Amino acid sequence: MSTNNAYYIPHKATWPVMATLGLTVTLAGFANYLNGASIGSTMMIAGLVIFIAMLAGWFTLQATESESGMYSNQVGISYRMGMMWFIFSEIMFFAVFFGTLWYTRNLSVPWLGGEGTGAATKELLWPTFEAVWPTNGPAAVGGHFEPMSAWGLPFLNTLILLASGVTCTWAHHGLLANHRDQLIKGLAATVGLGFLFVAFQAIEYHEAYTEMGLTLGSGIYGSTFFMLTGFHGFHVCVGAIFLSVILFRSSKGHFKPENHFAFEAAAWYWHFVDVVWLGLFIFVYLM
Amino acid sequence: MSAAVAEHDDHHDDHEHHDHGPEKGLLRWIITTNHKDIGTLYLFFALAMFFVGGTMAMVIRAELFEPGLQFVQPQFFNSMTTMHALVMVFGAVMPGFVGLANWMVPMMIGAPDMALPRMNNMSFWMLVAGILLLSTTLFMEGGAPAGGWTLYPPLVLQTGKALPFAIFSVHLLGISSIMGAINIIATIFNMRAPGMTLMKMPLFVWTWLITAFLLIAVMPVFAGAVTMLLTDKFFDTSFFDAAGGGDPVLYQHIFWFFGHPEVYIMILPTFGVASTIIPVFARKPLFGYSSMVYATASIAFLSFIVWAHHMFTVGMPIAGELYFMYATMLIAIPTGVKVFNWTATMWKGAMTFETPMLFSIAFVVLFTIGGFTGLMMSIAPSDFQYHDTYFIVAHFHYVLVPSSIFILMAAGYYWLPKWTGHMYNEKIGQLHFWLSTISVNILFFPQHFLGLAGMPRRIPDYAVQFADWNMISSIGGFIFGASQLLFLYIVIDTIKGGTGEKVTNEVWEDAHKHGLEWTLPSPPPYHTFTTPPTVIPTEHV
Repeated sequence: MSTNNAYYIPHKATWPVMATLGLTVTLAGFANYLNGASIGSTMMIAGLVIFIAMLAGWFTLQATESESGMYSNQVGISYRMGMMWFIFSEIMFFAVFFGTLWYTRNLSVPWLGGEGTGAATKELLWPTFEAVWPTNGPAAVGGHFEPMSAWGLPFLNTLILLASGVTCTWAHHGLLANHRDQLIKGLAATVGLGFLFVAFQAIEYHEAYTEMGLTLGSGIYGSTFFMLTGFHGFHVCVGAIFLSVILFRSSKGHFKPENHFAFEAAAWYWHFVDVVWLGLFIFVYLM
Repeated sequence: MSAAVAEHDDHHDDHEHHDHGPEKGLLRWIITTNHKDIGTLYLFFALAMFFVGGTMAMVIRAELFEPGLQFVQPQFFNSMTTMHALVMVFGAVMPGFVGLANWMVPMMIGAPDMALPRMNNMSFWMLVAGILLLSTTLFMEGGAPAGGWTLYPPLVLQTGKALPFAIFSVHLLGISSIMGAINIIATIFNMRAPGMTLMKMPLFVWTWLITAFLLIAVMPVFAGAVTMLLTDKFFDTSFFDAAGGGDPVLYQHIFWFFGHPEVYIMILPTFGVASTIIPVFARKPLFGYSSMVYATASIAFLSFIVWAHHMFTVGMPIAGELYFMYATMLIAIPTGVKVFNWTATMWKGAMTFETPMLFSIAFVVLFTIGGFTGLMMSIAPSDFQYHDTYFIVAHFHYVLVPSSIFILMAAGYYWLPKWTGHMYNEKIGQLHFWLSTISVNILFFPQHFLGLAGMPRRIPDYAVQFADWNMISSIGGFIFGASQLLFLYIVIDTIKGGTGEKVTNEVWEDAHKHGLEWTLPSPPPYHTFTTPPTVIPTEHV
């Protein structure tokens, strides 16, 4: 049953205002930091503290309301729609960077190499440049670098993320069958694998910067490589923190087989991050 | 059903406003989750930004009144054109329609509120934060962004201290828009009253559903583009730098993949309001309801595959020029369907000409002019003549000012009596209409001639052969700007009591046939449709 008169309308929202304040102070601080103003980093930290406090407060509020049964099925559907469309917006965000990779590899770099109507550009500006991939461009921006191989840590990370998708689904089955032990073990494994992924990624970045000469400044290859894998790594962190909250709530006895929106949202988000990685592994590392 | 929900119901049985009425004082407006409060906030914010952006336009027209430099430096002039555009697009037009959606969508579909009320509050405040951050750039070393609202590299990367602030303000505005759009989609899909099937929804709800989809699809794209500007400037990346293998044209492709749907984000809700108002004053059902829905969806789909018509002169392969030319021309078909439907709705109708109807009719005529100039520019070889001239300025101002802005005005006159319970002053309303309509044409029509004669856009000074039409355009601009103060007066006057005439529930004759909002009291109580309505108007079916 879901009728409108049973619809829960919350009142007096203070967390959204705090979220706005936290995010705005953080971003204004970051902008000041980029401009070299000394107040920048202090503002950023202050903003982040506000934002994290807000997250803790708002999550607690939602968890309490959910556990006390204030959300009808209709509210649950609204939340699910909200999460689905949010993930769609994230897909479009990553699409920009995948599109950038496609455009530079297939269009702008070949044009610089003289293909199509690009002959004059090549002859006049960079007559010796040959279009290859990976490249740091006709001016060899950032100097010599080695491209990242797919078959070391990245392949291991692929296996880790795929395994974490399995453990996440296993935990969901546990929740649906009311096997709390399976739920908690599955979630713990997922969170662990998630942070392991992030750790390996950090090692990979360290190697790139210290041994391979591969940096954000390594022309278009370095730019697209770090932008794509960096934003993905950030999303893995967010997803793993999200799952940690779910793990914590599960250990407190939250969620029922018929009422566990937050779990589903975290799981959807995790699978989304997983799929983006498969795209990265194919288009950034393999091809 | 849980106990908490039952308790919630009990409160309503006790007394309608027992503990769910508005907060006292200023705090009400900060922490509100009520769709009517948030709609009001959005509308007032949009009105304020309309005057801020309008003031910038007055600076532009004052400087262009005569050839030579009169009042401002070229750098500041370029900041004015850039900020005028950003403030009007993200601060006035978009929030204006989001405000209407907040107020009207729940009332039109018989819902108690928006689906996600807390997020609704956050989307409004993120908007305010984004515009505040953008406004601070006016006072920074190096001035506000001056490279045009499209923020093309490499020019925009020469911005001073303002650059990261402008970029982060785009992020905040994007977050605000995406959250607002998610909320509208969830509300429309999940909160409709029983019997309110999709094909019975008012056109305004339909157009907002499709607009919300566009917003979620393209705001992240803009965010991604400006993020790459940020890393190119501060973190050594080469996305838009050919020396590193990137391409400045790539930015233009990404920007317009966002930018073209963005212009439809501003016009589709306009179509929705026009389709709502015209039938009421023609006293006929909307002609071709389902074709209106399909035309809106077609326009939305086409908006994703025509972006490079903004870049015909950038140096594209000939196949690209041809494809984007023909794809763009296709848009004239669903748009033509709409114009003919509005005309057919009025055909043999028992028409009356109150202010909302006057603005709507002016919209149909003047939008069509803007549409036709768009068709002219879609022809790639002709566009080489028009590109970056005042012709394009005239074109997009015709589809924004006497279209989106006029319809926002029409919506104000149409729904103010419902929102406030008071009638506005019809005489002043009509004066506002005639002054606006005449002056907007004096303002923008000569810009077609200037553009065709070769006057470039975004310049503070010009050759003397452009002097006459620029002076006429500026005079039109000053009259138009001053006339809008009448609207401000009417809004305040109506809130304070208007004509003193008691308005009925339906306000306009037989309006209850056209929308659920007219079955509610004027003004509607703080909470409406806490029990779903059963009577669904079926006028248009």
